[in-house]
Amino acid sequence: MTDQYLLLPVLGHLTIAIALIFCWRRILVQQIISVAGNLLVLIMSIALFHKTWHQGHLTLQAGNWQAPFGITFVSDTFSATMLLLTAFTGLAVSMYSTVGISKNRIQYGYFPILHFLLVGLNGAFLAGDIFNLYVWFEVIIISSFVLMTLGGKKPQVEGGIKYVTLNLLASVMFLTAIAILYGLTGSLNMADLSLKMSGVSNRGLADIAGLLFFIGFGIKSAVFPLYFWLPSSYHTPPSAVAAVFGGLLTKVGIYALIRVYTLIFIPDDFTRTVFLIIASLTLLTGALGALIKENMRTLFSYLIVCHIGYLLGGLGLYTHLALAGTIFYLVHDVIVKTNLFLITGLVNKIRGTMNTEQQGGLYDQYPRLSILMAIVLFSLVGIPPLSGFWPKINLFRESMAYHAWYLLVAMILASFVTLFVIARLWGNVFWKKAPALESSPPDSFAGLSKGRKFMLVTPVVMLVLLSLYIGFFAERINVLSDRIAHELLDPAPYIKSVLGPDAVPATQTR
Amino acid sequence: MKSIILKTASTYLLPLLLLFAVFILLRGHYNPGGGFVGGLIASIAFVLHAFAHGLVETKKMLRFVPSACIPVGLAISLISGFVPMAIGRPFMSGEWLSVQVPIIGSIGTPLFFDIGVFLVVIGITLTILFTISDGIL
Repeated sequence: MTDQYLLLPVLGHLTIAIALIFCWRRILVQQIISVAGNLLVLIMSIALFHKTWHQGHLTLQAGNWQAPFGITFVSDTFSATMLLLTAFTGLAVSMYSTVGISKNRIQYGYFPILHFLLVGLNGAFLAGDIFNLYVWFEVIIISSFVLMTLGGKKPQVEGGIKYVTLNLLASVMFLTAIAILYGLTGSLNMADLSLKMSGVSNRGLADIAGLLFFIGFGIKSAVFPLYFWLPSSYHTPPSAVAAVFGGLLTKVGIYALIRVYTLIFIPDDFTRTVFLIIASLTLLTGALGALIKENMRTLFSYLIVCHIGYLLGGLGLYTHLALAGTIFYLVHDVIVKTNLFLITGLVNKIRGTMNTEQQGGLYDQYPRLSILMAIVLFSLVGIPPLSGFWPKINLFRESMAYHAWYLLVAMILASFVTLFVIARLWGNVFWKKAPALESSPPDSFAGLSKGRKFMLVTPVVMLVLLSLYIGFFAERINVLSDRIAHELLDPAPYIKSVLGPDAVPATQTR
Repeated sequence: MKSIILKTASTYLLPLLLLFAVFILLRGHYNPGGGFVGGLIASIAFVLHAFAHGLVETKKMLRFVPSACIPVGLAISLISGFVPMAIGRPFMSGEWLSVQVPIIGSIGTPLFFDIGVFLVVIGITLTILFTISDGIL
């Protein structure tokens, strides 16, 4: 079904970004526009989700050139859900940034770039054309590179170089894969590719293209063995930036991977085994990395890597339940990981350090804030009935059914390690008595005015409420992820909505 | 570079190059050209002026900060995309007026999109070049 207003979440952010450039030097105006704009985009995203939920697939042919020649945008339940998550994250991060980002950074264009990043993310989730997807990825990389190095401190530039090098390499892989696909089929439209791929006689080249996609998206979503750029770069930018990176940037890689591997390629046994093994190794290396880290943000960066393994594992299992579990995990992970970096920023503001050994006594000093943080940390671990628990049931069950024992062992080990590091972190940061340091940095949180504290804590509260909603109303999220998994495994409605009702031959519907 | 030949030549070249940039911008829809190339040529005109007369003179002649072109250009391009939505077409559809204007030809949303690109390219190129040549020219 054609829908003209499909692109509004993308265009909304673009308009805000341009409006922000007009107010380049006026910091207060920028903050107001950004928060209000994010609220507006959230409303648009909710409207889009509502419409997609009730009317099924929505499409837009940009420029009025019909598919497969023009650029198609498609909103199915998966895209709409991701847009909704991005909108919540965007609002939280933008509110937090009004206080959490220094004036200098705002003066050098922090807010416009943040909105350009959100443009890229929203565009990537809506793209129905593989080359267009690539373009959105470029928008994301360029803006995230600016965000990462804004401020120009030495560790930031060092982290930024690792980040951009690996991501450019990933883009090259991605582009090569697109070129091969285009050479094989003569089309770039994802729905059209989905139809044409089954008719390709050169299976070897098709598989190579598929694996190139896997490597490209794998680097971007930090899976083993090319994950090392993530822990060595995510701890350098300010917490608000790390929050949007940790919450969304790796997930967009996973989103693209799921999209490509359900719509264009159908993974055969070999590919699935590769996914499962890589997922297990990602889980293990991420967990082992998290074990030895004392800096909170590096620790959480390793946990990001670790938990990507669950998502990849679910895709590797490739059953209805496993995919539903993956989607559920994705929904939970975006909210929790963003929040995790936001609370890291809060702790850093209070204690002036990220090193867990030098912290302590937070529970004594800020009991209510600590409870709030506890909910986030426990959701991350997945203590029932909090949000991280539910998707794991699906994933564990399916890996047993598929006899992927190594994945099961890796998933359980990763869960335990996550529990262990979070418990240790809780003990160190919240329960332990604060060590008597001679030069302990001042508490820059207590001195803030009520309004500024409100702007810092509200986004955390908002995301905590979302986490609690996901945990306590898991049934609803289950219905949602079930429907997404169903849509992913049966691409016929997607193709029909893009190419017209007669596009799918009756024999091809699975 | 204070050469009398370059100085004299650049005074004549500046309007010529700017006119050529606009020509390239306008012919760009069906022929080679367009906003991007046009914008580059227009920036070359100013850069050449800066080579001959010095950066300070060029900035004085411009009377505005080149980076101000960037949001204006972006806004024009974005609005040209929104216009078709107002009459019920998808974003960025090419909508043309039926009247033909002499010299310019048909007027439509793609023209305004290209004008936006033209301004953004001028803004970005001049900002970059003026920044890196600050103190040299």
